[in-house]
Amino acid sequence: MDLGGVQLTNEKKAEVMAQVRQQVAIANLQETIQKMTEKCFNKCITKPGTSFAASEQKCVAMCMDRYMDSLNLVSKTYSNRIQQEAGRIQ
Amino acid sequence: MSLMDSGLNFEDGSIASGMRVNNNNKDLENFLMLEREKAKMTAQMFEFTDICWDKCMTDKPSTRLESKTETCIVNCVDRFIDISMFIANRLTQKSQGLSDLDGLD
Repeated sequence: MDLGGVQLTNEKKAEVMAQVRQQVAIANLQETIQKMTEKCFNKCITKPGTSFAASEQKCVAMCMDRYMDSLNLVSKTYSNRIQQEAGRIQ
Repeated sequence: MSLMDSGLNFEDGSIASGMRVNNNNKDLENFLMLEREKAKMTAQMFEFTDICWDKCMTDKPSTRLESKTETCIVNCVDRFIDISMFIANRLTQKSQGLSDLDGLD
């Protein structure tokens, strides 16, 4: 990684790191919302009616929670696998 | 990647003299490299969730993740990784003129 030879103060570095962390958090949140909307729309609105029916709202609410469950489960499975593969190489 | 095109904004771009300066940027470089790796993994995680949700969430969402769905998601992630490694290996072998099909069935 090339920082172009610039020397940064520790304060500036901390600022950059905080900025990066914040941008990452925002990007992850946006991705989650976007995917959740797509998945739950497809799952719960099979025939778009003239209003957002109560049954559809209930479905979307549960779908959001199940999406988060899935994301967490995938994350756990993925990191287990990475550890396994890393152990195989060593 | 240079720091300047990473989207980060420095008001001055230089360091005011007299301030504490750590003589190398190693810590920041390491931080950015780690963040980049983390971002790749996060993107992969979203990708897996996308694929495995479509494969495994066949019913309407209920009050909790059913155990068959959980099993399906775990297997889905593991098989996807298997396949991507399999394809990478096989393409490498093919490019070296080796045939691996004999041992497959």
